[in-house]
Amino acid sequence: MSNLLNVENLWVKFPTRNGIFDAVRGVSFSLGRERLGIVGESGSGKSMTGRAILRLIRPPGMVSADRLDLEGQPLLTRTEKQMRDVRGQQISMIMQDPKFSLNPVMRVGAQISEAYRLHNNVSKSAARAKTLEMLEAVAIRDPARVYNMYPHEVSGGMGQRIMIAMMLIPNPKIMIADEPTSALDVSVQMQVLEIMDKLVVERGMGLIFISHDLNLVSSFCDRVLIMYAGRVVETLKADQLHNAQHPYTQGLLNSLPRLDAPVDRLRVLKRDPAWAKEASVTA
Amino acid sequence: MSEIAINALNVWFGEHEDRVDAVKNASLSVPKGGSFGLVGESGSGKSTILRAIMGLAPTWSGKMEVIDTTLGPDRSRDFYRRVQMVFQDPYASLHPRHSVDQVLSETLSLHGFSGVDKRIAKLLDDVGLGPAFRFRYPHQLSGGQRQRVAIARALASEPQVLLLDEPTSALDVSVQAEILNLLTDLRKERQLTYLMVSHDLAVVGHICTEIAVMQLGEIVETLSVEDMREMHTKHPYTQHLLESSLLGSGKS
Amino acid sequence: MSMEKQGLRAWLLSDTPTSRRHARMAALYQGWLSLKSNHMAMFGLGILAFLVGVATFAPLLAPADPFIQDLALRLTPPIWIDTRPEGIEGYILGSDSLGRDILSRLLYGSRITLYIVTLVAIIAPIAGLFVGTVAGYTGGWVDVILMRITDIFLAFPRLVLALAFVAALGAGIENAVLAISLTAWPPYARIARAETLTIRNSDYIHAIKLQGAGALRIITKHIWPLCISSLVVRVTLDMAGIILAAAGLGFLGLGAQPPSPEWGAMISEGRKFILDHWWVATMPGLAIFTVSLAFNLLGDGMRDVLDPKEGKS
Repeated sequence: MSNLLNVENLWVKFPTRNGIFDAVRGVSFSLGRERLGIVGESGSGKSMTGRAILRLIRPPGMVSADRLDLEGQPLLTRTEKQMRDVRGQQISMIMQDPKFSLNPVMRVGAQISEAYRLHNNVSKSAARAKTLEMLEAVAIRDPARVYNMYPHEVSGGMGQRIMIAMMLIPNPKIMIADEPTSALDVSVQMQVLEIMDKLVVERGMGLIFISHDLNLVSSFCDRVLIMYAGRVVETLKADQLHNAQHPYTQGLLNSLPRLDAPVDRLRVLKRDPAWAKEASVTA
Repeated sequence: MSEIAINALNVWFGEHEDRVDAVKNASLSVPKGGSFGLVGESGSGKSTILRAIMGLAPTWSGKMEVIDTTLGPDRSRDFYRRVQMVFQDPYASLHPRHSVDQVLSETLSLHGFSGVDKRIAKLLDDVGLGPAFRFRYPHQLSGGQRQRVAIARALASEPQVLLLDEPTSALDVSVQAEILNLLTDLRKERQLTYLMVSHDLAVVGHICTEIAVMQLGEIVETLSVEDMREMHTKHPYTQHLLESSLLGSGKS
Repeated sequence: MSMEKQGLRAWLLSDTPTSRRHARMAALYQGWLSLKSNHMAMFGLGILAFLVGVATFAPLLAPADPFIQDLALRLTPPIWIDTRPEGIEGYILGSDSLGRDILSRLLYGSRITLYIVTLVAIIAPIAGLFVGTVAGYTGGWVDVILMRITDIFLAFPRLVLALAFVAALGAGIENAVLAISLTAWPPYARIARAETLTIRNSDYIHAIKLQGAGALRIITKHIWPLCISSLVVRVTLDMAGIILAAAGLGFLGLGAQPPSPEWGAMISEGRKFILDHWWVATMPGLAIFTVSLAFNLLGDGMRDVLDPKEGKS
């Protein structure tokens, strides 16, 4: 399996009044045509990692890495103009709440077509046809009617599926999904994940799934990275989650309340300051 | 005698054609010292029931009895002393310009308590924050710490009933465990009655003994937590919720 | 000495204050640091500090008496211009049509400018805060009535109102201040009301209501602290307009009366001589421009500090 993405020693730093804050510290991993999950709590650096790959971190934030390649081509040295060709076309990103990532004053169909025409020189009607095709691919039953709707007229789950359509229409190689189902109801989550899964597998894409929900990620991904304080503390195959070795991962798993295993008091994670100082595990 | 008894509650917004029924014909009862969960997805009306009890719902009909008092259109100062609410979003439930000290002393003085300094120190201790947190502002606190302050605020008036609106949904997993343990301990120590709203079945299963499942404003089933764990459910929606939540989490 | 300084700085930057005083000082210090990092705002603040200093020490700084006339020296140009007639002692910025030193008149006039600006800056936002927050929080017909009153005052043309005041009460600075304040407060009411409408639905307001707090406490202790920052920003940005309005009224003879060295009145006096003796009108004009610019820069900086979302990211 050749690697789509190679990241080595990624650092993301922000200058603050009290010194330099390291959001991501020496993270290394590679991504093939697989589903990779990045799990962590708030402040772990998981979202920053996703944004750093797409060079979405603006000054005064500083991004550095020994290696950040997309199919062998370096990303860090590209100009902003060159990055615009990468974003959406080769790597796309889905964010948490479609309410905030869809333009509220444009009809959804128009937004998807716009995304398509940004990277492909086609006529408006050809773009519209492709959009309708894409809406069907994300299991929207009446694509022509939804095409003309505004974002506030669609439900959360449908909005997220529209985002997926918009992000997949240029046929990127990698999709980064940052908490794509956190704002959705439980029953809708499953539906959206199934669609994402189907499309990713069909197109042979790589998927980076960023979330705080360890169990969700492990049921959906092939491999999982667990991040803490800007570092990767453990990497596992998804079905090996119960064999987690690192105390942080074990602590996270044990502190979740479980319907099938009731306890009187939940086991609280005891943070060991040593975890933040360890070197990042390469995935 | 139940601490909370709700009978045929309807809550709606708007009039005539614009009328939206948020809660339809809901009935539940919570014994003194009990812990009752309301679960459902967004739009199910679960939070609206809490708001109706607190007097924040504009139009409602039916009967609500809390601590042997039938509730009317307004709430008395005494009601607010005995029934307190903990809100979902710790980032929104504390005033951005008030320090922890100000929040707690204002609450204490509104309810006419004296010996404010000692009480504040004890409250902070009870929720697991030390005196070091007393003069901080919300932006200097983490999500879990803010939620502890919100719980301290709720406990300040020495209430009998706590209404909890998704108290841990906005928190990290590890912090959630701490807050859930804190809530369990507090209920035992102070013999509080809890009515908790959540969309997370595992959380409700941990804290509560009885659950009402809501869908589109109606309570479709009321069952004990043991029955839920063993999947002895009657309504298909309850089954559906159970399956969705087990698929995503709580699986070994 | 520097060890103590280090300790003080760390104390002020602390994230864990140990007392109410400590928390307040730390918050103020950190706000000051934010403002300090904005160079434009510091420049504006510097000019304003200069203005206050000049106004305070005018009697010591002015080279001549602003009121004494010397018709022999009328309309002399500033000393750095060569077209002076021979043998005549020069004034730094020239003299006006009655032979009075323009520089001295500017320095004394700064007091009048500061007086007007301070009064309006206190009256207008406070009135607006009251009206706006009560309207926004109470809602219903109180809101409707208060907002319609606001609209009426907003529609008043400032100059017509000032003329009416002059006709009724006589000309003078106080009446000018009144006229400006009465037309300046409506935008603040609108801002305050808009903020109140947003804040009103927050969980922290619900929370304090559920402790039994009444409307008065909620408005004064919970809503006002949050409205203040946008009002401060607005007032600083409005200053330029207020100064110009006062100058305009002075220009029309409706504000400060002669021989008062009010800047707008000075421009009016210099109007007739603008072609050959340009300095008489230009110098006060430059003074007004500088002070207005200073307030604008400071206002921009304060907005960056007080509302970080809109500042540079």
